[in-house]
Amino acid sequence: MATVKYDNATRLYPGNDKPSVDALDIDIADGEFLVLVGPSGCGKSTSLRMLAGLEEVNGGRILIDDKDVTDLSPKDRDVAMVFQNYALYPHMSVADNMGFALKIAGIDKGEIRRRVEEAAKILDLEPYLERKPKALSGGQRQRVAMGRAIVREPKVFLMDEPLSNLDAKLRVQTRTQIASLQRRLGITTVYVTHDQVEAMTMGDRVAVLKDGILQQCDSPRRMYDHPNNVFVAGFIGSPAMNLFEVPVAEGGVKFGNGVHPVDRSVLGSTGNRITLGVRPEDLEVSGEDGLPINIDVVEELGADAYVYGSVAGTDPGDRPIIARVDGRRPPMKGDVIHVKPKADHVHLFDVETGLRLGD
Amino acid sequence: MTTSATPVAVPDPDAAPRADRTGDRGGRRGRNRTRVGGQAGRAGWLVNLVVAALCVLWLIPTIGLLVTSFRDPSAANDSGWWTALANPLSLTIDNYREVLVSGQTPMLNSFLNSLVVAVPATIIPILIAAFAAYAFTFMQFPGRDLFFILLVALLVVPNQVAFVPLFQLFGQLGINGQFIAVWLAHAGFGMPLAVYILRNYMSTLPMAVIESAKIDGASHFTTFWRLIIPMSYPALASFAIFQFLWVWNDLFVALIFLGQGDNMVMTVNLAGMLGSQGQGWNLLTAGAFLTMVMPLLVFLSMQRFFIRGMTSGAVKG
Repeated sequence: MATVKYDNATRLYPGNDKPSVDALDIDIADGEFLVLVGPSGCGKSTSLRMLAGLEEVNGGRILIDDKDVTDLSPKDRDVAMVFQNYALYPHMSVADNMGFALKIAGIDKGEIRRRVEEAAKILDLEPYLERKPKALSGGQRQRVAMGRAIVREPKVFLMDEPLSNLDAKLRVQTRTQIASLQRRLGITTVYVTHDQVEAMTMGDRVAVLKDGILQQCDSPRRMYDHPNNVFVAGFIGSPAMNLFEVPVAEGGVKFGNGVHPVDRSVLGSTGNRITLGVRPEDLEVSGEDGLPINIDVVEELGADAYVYGSVAGTDPGDRPIIARVDGRRPPMKGDVIHVKPKADHVHLFDVETGLRLGD
Repeated sequence: MTTSATPVAVPDPDAAPRADRTGDRGGRRGRNRTRVGGQAGRAGWLVNLVVAALCVLWLIPTIGLLVTSFRDPSAANDSGWWTALANPLSLTIDNYREVLVSGQTPMLNSFLNSLVVAVPATIIPILIAAFAAYAFTFMQFPGRDLFFILLVALLVVPNQVAFVPLFQLFGQLGINGQFIAVWLAHAGFGMPLAVYILRNYMSTLPMAVIESAKIDGASHFTTFWRLIIPMSYPALASFAIFQFLWVWNDLFVALIFLGQGDNMVMTVNLAGMLGSQGQGWNLLTAGAFLTMVMPLLVFLSMQRFFIRGMTSGAVKG
């Protein structure tokens, strides 16, 4: 039960010019599930390891429960960590693995046994307590790693991509289990992942990092509806948001052969071009006006279909335009359709700075 | 949640026989594969013959040694050992009785001395080297890499270089001729290789396990003792075997630092017989065979560690 605060925390690896984590500022409330997400190399794991005490903090502070832990060793921080490869002790049984930290702390044997059994019950590990890790499946090992964290009853759980070694189906199941377990235990959790679906489904709040810099920290809903910049807009959401660079026109921005109305006050300060973002589900097929799209691929998912295409008459770029269409009457590959954004569902960004314009 | 839909089995008159046929074919293919695999694994008769011939060739001297050690001295002087094979009743165990207990320098005593030398001379360097390897692998301190390179560089220095200074040093300490002198000498000589092998092995252990222990609150000593040592058993065992055999078979170090007398080890005893008993080589053969028994036992019982040990450190073992 604790709050966590990153206060301008910075990590600069020796020999690098640029910090791997640059002045990270996040306040995590008691019992909150915060997900750190970003592309690989963005500093999310480093941030977590700084909180664990496995990485030095070169600038700023880290506080757990308002206590400055910046220079404390890992064992004095009362945190428990679940590693990507689980890091189980291979020569110990599951029960010994889970009880190891308590044994070191000098807790009495009966108490250890009680807590291990309690955690094993929560995680369905009771039949396996006497087994060695090598006799367990990947999912069971993952649960042992979780169990090892749970028996500690720490102030903070740290999880470093704990699901990335599981197969796709198990990952979806375990995702839900971890999230509900965390809600039940109510222990503050910091969770690192590169998978934005995991981030969106599990977190109370999501923090997006890029190049060591925090881009945005918000609830998943807010993150989706109100990305603060072009990077977050493109990173969060699957399939990704369409980003167009469009000229500013009278009363709005030009979109295909029409004009998408935008309030003058929003456009006031920018130049004559603007980045317009529309999520695939916010593009609607619209007879003859809007942007003509040449369809390259149609992905039928049953309820919906996604069309991938390029603006008719232009070279198909690296990033196709994606639109969600009715799954029962999808257009055909090779068709040309016109799309336009639904009103109030566009995101506008400055071309230069990438920052969000307007609300 | 995610439940995979199981299709209801509908009997299909066409499908069943087809399935059977496939199964059958699969079975045949399986058998074929086994046969092919068997052929690939089985060597031709020529190879077998050559290997057998080599084995016999290599073994003949040892067999000769073994047979002679059971022969009467006069018979051993008059005829070749193979003649004894025709007349097994002429064999005797008198040689062994004399060498072990009733001779001038009983081997039984030397056997115990060899054990007293070899066991600590194996355990001491392993313990120290394991501590050192842990520090070199998991602890940060200035000059770490330099120290490690220096230590490993000692591998190229021949032991003989150290004999005279060590002998003088032990002389000043007054421990020449005592077991502790040989223990120290062997510990020192074995140390570079021990540290090298153990460090290389430890550096292949997953770093996350150490970090996990750190977060679990383990001190360096706990991490070392409870996690690293048990996880390093293969490397420890293979080095222990190497070191034990090396110490057991060593003559030079034992001769210099223990010499003859009450503390004489088997190799020294054997070398002494060679000098003084030029006539009684039946005794020498018995002594030689007794010396071989221990390495033979160690090798046969632990050869799987042996093989692992040869490659450990080079590739993750």
